[in-house]
Amino acid sequence: MASRLAFANAPTDSRFVFVLLRGALDGLSAVPPVGDPDYASLRGQIALAKAGEGAALPLEGPFGLHPALTFMHKSYAAKELAVLHAIATPYRERSHFDAQNVLESGDLKPHGSTSGWINRALTALPANKTREAGVALGANVPLAMRGPAEVASWSPTKTASLDESTLARITDLYAHDPLLSQRLADALESDAIASEAQAAAESEAGDAAMTMAAKPNAVASDASERRNFNARYVETARAAAGFLKRDDGPRVAMFDTTGWDTHANEGGAQGQLSLRLRGLDAALAALKESLGPTWRHTVVLVATEFGRTAAINGTRGTDHGTGAAAFLLGGAVSGGRVLADWPGLARNNLYESRDLRPTMDLRAVMKGVLQDHLGVPTSALNSGVFPESANVRALDGLIRS
Amino acid sequence: MISTRKDIAAAIAANRFGLGARPGELSAVERDPQDWLVRQIKGAPPVLTGQGLKPSSETLAKAIELRRQGAEEKRSKKNASDDEVQVATALKLPAIYRPVYVDEVHARFAHSITTERPFLERLTQFWTNHFAVSIDKIAVLGLAGAMEREAIRPHVTGHFTDLLMAVEKHPAMILYLDNQASIGPNSRAAKFVGRRGNGRKADINENLAREILELHTLGVNGGYTQADVTTFAQAISGWSIGGQDNSRRLARLGVDNGTPGEFLFREVFHEPGARRLLGKSYADDGVKQGESILRDLAMRRETARHVCTKLARHFISDDPPATVVDRMTRAWLDSKANLPAVYRALIESSEAWERPLAKFKTPADYIYSSYRALGIPLREPRRSLQAFEALGQRNLMPGSPAGWPDTSADWDGSSGLLKRIAWADVVAQRMGDSRNARDLAPQLLGATLGEDTAKAIGRAESGSQALTLLLASPEFMRR
Repeated sequence: MASRLAFANAPTDSRFVFVLLRGALDGLSAVPPVGDPDYASLRGQIALAKAGEGAALPLEGPFGLHPALTFMHKSYAAKELAVLHAIATPYRERSHFDAQNVLESGDLKPHGSTSGWINRALTALPANKTREAGVALGANVPLAMRGPAEVASWSPTKTASLDESTLARITDLYAHDPLLSQRLADALESDAIASEAQAAAESEAGDAAMTMAAKPNAVASDASERRNFNARYVETARAAAGFLKRDDGPRVAMFDTTGWDTHANEGGAQGQLSLRLRGLDAALAALKESLGPTWRHTVVLVATEFGRTAAINGTRGTDHGTGAAAFLLGGAVSGGRVLADWPGLARNNLYESRDLRPTMDLRAVMKGVLQDHLGVPTSALNSGVFPESANVRALDGLIRS
Repeated sequence: MISTRKDIAAAIAANRFGLGARPGELSAVERDPQDWLVRQIKGAPPVLTGQGLKPSSETLAKAIELRRQGAEEKRSKKNASDDEVQVATALKLPAIYRPVYVDEVHARFAHSITTERPFLERLTQFWTNHFAVSIDKIAVLGLAGAMEREAIRPHVTGHFTDLLMAVEKHPAMILYLDNQASIGPNSRAAKFVGRRGNGRKADINENLAREILELHTLGVNGGYTQADVTTFAQAISGWSIGGQDNSRRLARLGVDNGTPGEFLFREVFHEPGARRLLGKSYADDGVKQGESILRDLAMRRETARHVCTKLARHFISDDPPATVVDRMTRAWLDSKANLPAVYRALIESSEAWERPLAKFKTPADYIYSSYRALGIPLREPRRSLQAFEALGQRNLMPGSPAGWPDTSADWDGSSGLLKRIAWADVVAQRMGDSRNARDLAPQLLGATLGEDTAKAIGRAESGSQALTLLLASPEFMRR
């Protein structure tokens, strides 16, 4: 079938995955600055300990990693994780929806653009690379991936009952409808790729199950892990890997996760946020595992729309804030570092006396990755991809040379 | 006055403003499409009936009782941790809430596919989405449907002020945005909270106040600041729910714990003081302070413009004509936010009757209109509701207080389209030859039925394939 999603002979090996955490991840819990003198008192009962049971996993400087993020901590040790802190988009208000809009559009203000920075970056690739396309894991394409470059969305659909004749007739019926004909072609193409990937995964899983059968306890714990509501993010990550590891597949994938808006009962080493983080950690581990050798060429950016208040509120949670934490992960990342110009949590250092002060522009990180990993030219980064951003320099050295 | 051809206007009235034509409906609508809409917004809205529907206060009272038992258990087992009790309670809550949720959304579904006032139902669900609570927060799972029946339906043809007041005081909204836990640092209760020695200190939770300003009234560019959010949050601190707090300390204070599950102004939680917001002063008069602010917010131009833009986008097109929004805004301000006046300004705008099929249907629209089109019988509640999940729009679960998004780009993803087609095919096979797509197509799509679709249906190799083609057609995907 003819489709613009044919990625034949994509010329770059580099893969990029964007994971958007909607709802504002609490960066001060995900990457707690346990060595900051003001941290424990601001955080009260949700503060993570420096040592002992449920302590933060050690990173360099005053920083730790939430104990739920065990895979990420291993990646840090393997120099495949760079942690970014006190980071923000140009947006300085506290609306989730506007902040996500800015983060996804790459623009200076909310609702200034109907396309996203990833899509525009795809169109700005050097001529011989323009056949690369992206895939959004979900029923619809999020703003960051919308725009002129062809991007498909994929999520599991039961198409078993649809016969070829009906599909052919619908394809004909859409012939004069550019939007629907494009969408249908993309969907069918993605479905074909995904079912191949799934078949491969099932045969791998079959092997694994046979190995496990010898170890009944391992099977039991695996089963209870599956009951976890986070399991769906693991599936999503595996599906993303299925697309990305194909030689002729898309080079860029995106998925998003929700549930980070922890206004009440956020929890510390255990609790609501810790469950979410465990799910994220498991999804990223699954991505690495499923990508196999392709992981070497992969960069994953995990980011959120803004951080949360430095102090806990009256309901053992945190409210909308400013400076956030983000992560760069992957075999192509020059990791094992925390990149932060730490402003400190003393009251007079806080932004508007309440939030972690942002000292790094998230766009500098995005630019660094797009430039050094995917080869997007600087001129495009400074205008088309991130409008009016010439003053924001791409961060160097994020990618392993 | 509109100049659109009557047959096109009829299709627009039934499909763009309604929930999709039912067979035979268009010929009745065609006599006077505009009047068909106007008649629907006159008179009291229908009361939803159905098995298992009960007041939210009754459902919530059960949940509160569950928590009280949990607390008692904790007292008896000295070494049980806070978390253990919380987890045990959290596990029992869905058992109470889930059946209530299923009954609620099933009743709403049944109503949507049979109602003779589909425009009114569209408006109702527009407001529910405008004032979104999302059932992925378990605390509102058993209350979200009741919120629509109790706070929204009665006011859809009334004044925005009453609608706003009813919603912001509804237990579902208060719990969804954490206001029951917002305690003024200078309130009487603050002294007690601080004394517990568990590191907890009383403070304002600004979640509800922020979303009222940003989403429900002024809109994000409505000219308010972080300081306004904080001030407003202080003004509505104490807006809470009866029966929620069973602390003995407060009981000793002689504090009224209200009726379980109903709105309660907890004076002891309220941050005292007169305050100023957006150029107006508000006296220190308890619950009235927040009420006065809400009333003033409802009448502000920014609110009128924000809400009218959303209404016009919902009904007309992703980028609605500014002229229509202006007219609606004026009607809002002139009528003191009398909603039928605003709706009339919408449907009396000629721009609203141009460019048929300008909107891509949401999954819910698509399901409702398919059920209406084919007269698909409802199955047992849990099964009927699976369609919404399969197509990506689970009932009352938009995932955030901003509600479901409302433009084509949010819904027209390739995977989403394939899911619709696959679902349409399953439905078509179930209906088999019991419906004749060739007869139905002109009755459902009227003058908007295109030649390609009519031909494809005519040439289908089976009755059920013809139905699939009808439901998958570009005309039926849009409204």
